Amino acid sequence: MAKEKNIMEKIAHANQSVTKGIDPKDVKHWAKIYIMGKVYEVPADLTIMQAMEYAGYRFIHSCGCRAGFCGACSTIYRMKGEYKLQTAMACQTRVECGMYLVQLPFSPAEKPIYSVTKEPYEGNSFLKYFPEIARCVSCNTCTKACPQDLEVMDYVQAALRGDFQRVAELSFDCIQCGMCALRCPAEIVQYNVSQFGRVMYGRNGFPENKALKKVVKATEKGEYKKDFKNLLGLNMKQSKEAYKKQQATKAKFLKGGKK
Amino acid sequence: MSKKIIEITDEGNAFLEKVNELSGQVVTLCDQCGTCSGCCPMAEEMDITPSQINRMVQLGQVEVLDLEAIWLCASCFTCTVRCPRGLDPSKICESLRQMTLRKAIDYMDIRDISEKEMRRLPQIAIVSAFRKFTG
Amino acid sequence: MKKIPYYPGCTLKTTGKNFEDSAIATAKVLGLKLLEIDRWNCCGTVTSLTQDDLIHHIASVRNFIRVQEMNERGEVDDYRLLTLCSMCYNTLKSVSNVMQERPDDLDKINNFMDREEDYKGGVTVVHLLELIREMGFDEIKSKVKKSLGKLKVSPYYGCTLLRPKEVALDDPEVPTIMEDLLNAIGVDVIDSPKKSMCCGSYQTVRNPKTVVRLGYEIIESARKRGAEALVTSCPLCAFNLDDRQKEIKLEHPDFERMPVFYFTQLTALAFGLKKDVNNFDLNFTDPRPLLKKKKI
Ligand code: SF4
Ligand code: SF4
Ligand code: SF4
Ligand code: SF4
Ligand code: FES
Repeated sequence: MAKEKNIMEKIAHANQSVTKGIDPKDVKHWAKIYIMGKVYEVPADLTIMQAMEYAGYRFIHSCGCRAGFCGACSTIYRMKGEYKLQTAMACQTRVECGMYLVQLPFSPAEKPIYSVTKEPYEGNSFLKYFPEIARCVSCNTCTKACPQDLEVMDYVQAALRGDFQRVAELSFDCIQCGMCALRCPAEIVQYNVSQFGRVMYGRNGFPENKALKKVVKATEKGEYKKDFKNLLGLNMKQSKEAYKKQQATKAKFLKGGKK
Repeated sequence: MSKKIIEITDEGNAFLEKVNELSGQVVTLCDQCGTCSGCCPMAEEMDITPSQINRMVQLGQVEVLDLEAIWLCASCFTCTVRCPRGLDPSKICESLRQMTLRKAIDYMDIRDISEKEMRRLPQIAIVSAFRKFTG
Repeated sequence: MKKIPYYPGCTLKTTGKNFEDSAIATAKVLGLKLLEIDRWNCCGTVTSLTQDDLIHHIASVRNFIRVQEMNERGEVDDYRLLTLCSMCYNTLKSVSNVMQERPDDLDKINNFMDREEDYKGGVTVVHLLELIREMGFDEIKSKVKKSLGKLKVSPYYGCTLLRPKEVALDDPEVPTIMEDLLNAIGVDVIDSPKKSMCCGSYQTVRNPKTVVRLGYEIIESARKRGAEALVTSCPLCAFNLDDRQKEIKLEHPDFERMPVFYFTQLTALAFGLKKDVNNFDLNFTDPRPLLKKKKI
């Protein structure tokens, strides 16, 4: 096993048991889990999603990116002997002994239609489209349910008082998995509220980035045409090299080095 | 005027008990003095007055739940400070509202409020209306 | 400067911004720094009135935990929570009382909020008017720089500052706290018998007609006694009595609009503070023509 593996290889490796099959003899640790009430023995190092596939389930929905970004694989589980109802992304969480699991295909939500360009940037816009946010009882259930560890209640509260910036900042990492909405006693669809907050803030409140503007202008002028052409002409090996180089420059830059 | 005999049924008694329990009041203490009805700012629009609400509860008349009066109460607590029997009619009204709301039957549908109103109304108005009119 | 935890409430961040700004400026003159509690949440604006309904108390208790934390960190000099909005005042204070009286229910709430530290009780709620009374109205008088003497204003208390008794900041039937303050800043105070009659409160959402009737009664009763403006401490009263004047006018074509001030806007004027703290653009009926007429 090479020491420096890039992320894609790691994922591919982790998925081997499902993609290539696995010999039970090679498995050291097994976990006993319950999928929709039925008990299964699965290799203990699998994610919930892989474990379900191992057990014979086939995902025709509730699965997208397999990398923790798309929010499609919402899972609810309870551990044997615990009263707490937990949430997770099936592609990101390892199985554990005694998990009672259920996949959520979808959490129904109503999304109002609004025009980002025409909607005035004023506090009460939130209430106009999402009046139900006024029903929030501050129970914090949404925050507890969020697999992204966001302060969901806090952004709902910020929406109630028309604070676009706070909504956008607090909800930035939302993957729209719908867990919060499913658990909310006030029947709020938090992720639609925060999406509205983010697009409105992005358009009207976010301070203009001068550097970005410059780059956009240059792009329009065609200054990067040659670079793009070069990139598109690379073969697999060359593009891997180019990607590594770009990542290295980025890491240096983020560390505070020169561009 | 002909006299009407009102029978107090077990069901009616259970209803009275439930209102007592939810409101923390002993509704039978109300002696029908009418002070609450006299000072209630909403009485003008109500179909029956607060003291009549109490009477219906005392007699176990569940139909009180279908009347508009309990929803028109603004929880202004005027009756609360004035009742000579130390009762809190605002809590009685709230209990009656809750009995309907807890069955997932709302009094208000927010979609009936126009977009113009939604832009105008302050947060406190919307939050409190939701709390009083929806379950 | 003395630092006190401050709970604004949602509306003071939007339609009631003029109330918040003028109050913070007023408090500063009086040597008080209002330290907004962090991560506060809507108090719920009305208290639940049924015995078993605990979930609606949670919002207020969560805010008390914030006050507790601020005190533990030594950021403030007061264990009391200051409010400006009358409805927040009423809700928070009622819940504070309930939690004091029903320790078993507090236990249940603490157990439910397993991600927060326990609320230990003891946070009390005070309104800015009470703090002013505590300082003494003479203190207020000494800060007055500008005479408002020609302004005839009638205080409007509404419900939530005065009722029920357990949360009242003054005598529920014969309150004087606003009169005392207005007298101290030299306003011509006009008494009105409807000063604590309900404006219709949240019925404004579902039954605005009722609010229009009550608003008309309240305003005309004050006007009859010579008032030129009302003064309040509640952004919902302000909305019902002021913005709903548009609807009153439709019902009563002869009706003339009457400005409604927040009491802190008048103190800010009397203290000679910068004009922008009063943000009169947000008052639904512009009070500036009246002030101009009175040479203020
Ligand atoms: S905020 Fe809601 S939708 Fe977004 S990630 Fe958290 S739980 Fe999922
Ligand atoms: S779950 Fe719903 S009611 Fe509870 S805090 Fe979150 S948004 Fe508010
Ligand atoms: S609390 Fe309700 S019933 Fe009592 S006086 Fe006020 S509006 Fe009337
Ligand atoms: S004021 Fe009290 S005793 Fe009199 S009718 Fe009303 S509730 Fe009954
Ligand atoms: S499949 Fe996309 S987040 Fe799990």
